[in-house]
Amino acid sequence: MIPQGPRLGNDPSRFRLEGTPVISVMLGSMLTALPIIAQSPVMPPVGLLLLLSWRLLRPELWQAWIALPLGLFDDLMSGQPLGSAMFLWTVTLIAIDSSERRLLWRDYWQDWLIAAIAIIVCLSGGLLFARLTGGGGTIDLILPQIVWSTLLFPFVARQCAWLDRWRIMA
Amino acid sequence: MARPPSRRPGHNRKAQYSLFASYVVAVSGALIGLLLIGVAIFDPTGFAVIRGGAAEITRPISATLKGLVRGVGSADEWVVAYINAGSQNAALRRQVDINRTRLIEAAAIQQENIRLKKLLKLVEAEKDEVVAARIISSSASSTRRFARLNAGKAQDVQPGMPVRAPEGLVGRIYTSGINTAEVLLLTDSSNVVPVRRAKDDIAAISTGRDDGSVEIRPLTAGNNPFKPGDVMVTSGIGGLYRPNIPVAIVVRIRGDIAIGVPLANPARVEAVMVQRPYEVSVSRPETPSAAASLHPNTDASPATPAATTPPAAATPPTASNNTARATP
Repeated sequence: MIPQGPRLGNDPSRFRLEGTPVISVMLGSMLTALPIIAQSPVMPPVGLLLLLSWRLLRPELWQAWIALPLGLFDDLMSGQPLGSAMFLWTVTLIAIDSSERRLLWRDYWQDWLIAAIAIIVCLSGGLLFARLTGGGGTIDLILPQIVWSTLLFPFVARQCAWLDRWRIMA
Repeated sequence: MARPPSRRPGHNRKAQYSLFASYVVAVSGALIGLLLIGVAIFDPTGFAVIRGGAAEITRPISATLKGLVRGVGSADEWVVAYINAGSQNAALRRQVDINRTRLIEAAAIQQENIRLKKLLKLVEAEKDEVVAARIISSSASSTRRFARLNAGKAQDVQPGMPVRAPEGLVGRIYTSGINTAEVLLLTDSSNVVPVRRAKDDIAAISTGRDDGSVEIRPLTAGNNPFKPGDVMVTSGIGGLYRPNIPVAIVVRIRGDIAIGVPLANPARVEAVMVQRPYEVSVSRPETPSAAASLHPNTDASPATPAATTPPAAATPPTASNNTARATP
């Protein structure tokens, strides 16, 4: 379904321009509220995938600090210790910012690579923090999650682009 | 594709400062995140109020959806049961006949058990069940194994209470909010349950492995006594879980530990029961007469314990003679 085009002389509202990305990431984090009683970390971190998609699609949209409130919200929803996603997501966004100064050319594959590295860092960091605060498990536990989160990223980025098109059209 | 527009603001001072400030905010926020994790290392159940508040918001969504998707998790079982209906029917009939006899035996044993407990003056509180509730969601994207219960402090659910399903033990309450509570599932590696083998009394410790199975470590030294198919039940040691709740079935042996699968799958169970901790509901009553018969010398008058209560009357005559001789 392709979104309807803009009506002449209309601008999208400010809330729609700035709220859509934030709300979509928060809804992604809230997917853990679905009544799925998982026996192992099976669900991809959809909030993180959406954050990365928006960041790589629209570099000018957010400053790096946006990951602080979004990460805090994700921690509240996910059951990870508070501060885990807050730290990891912010560090990820800062790292993406600094990587953009070095890369001369960007294409689809590089975006995927950046997202894959970010997913690996965030999920293994989350495992580390969970272990520090009384949990357990080894890297084997999150390997499947890393794999299908990485494979899912292009799909999420695609949906994000679709949403972006709706966002900037009034 | 060319690289995205640079964020470097050129010679505009104001833009430079605002960019710098945004990084200062981001870095200090990340450090605060680390600090929060530092707090969580020493106090893992801290911030329970904030978490509980967030859970309250998502509770209506989860509870409603849970009502809609009931039964989807066991759809495969329905299909398999349909295919095997004929042969399964015959097998089940035989099973029912065997079980009927066992049930009668179990009822007799239960009667005997109640009688023996009375003899021991071990009194169980009438009501050990706090509330029956549904599990509505879980930490599906995290490596911790938490599930969210649709009941909280308003229903008298307190942290530490055991949670069980009809099939077996599910876990215990980790934190509780107003109308929701987090259940630390049996399969989380910080959940340690003292167990024993159901058919004999070989004690073991069950620890979660975070992947849906538990690790059962025998307390006895020497080679591993467990075999696949062994059923583990709670032993009641530690006073949290009441004895004889089914916990897990051993599926694999690995060196000196056994790998088991919990008998109650939280994804399948319809409702779970929150119980009071065992040590609270079982107590040996310390009546004044019992205390007096235990310490006869502390009682000043020798006449009071002697005649009134049965325990004192049942004491051998030599003992009462001794007290009578000691007191004057």
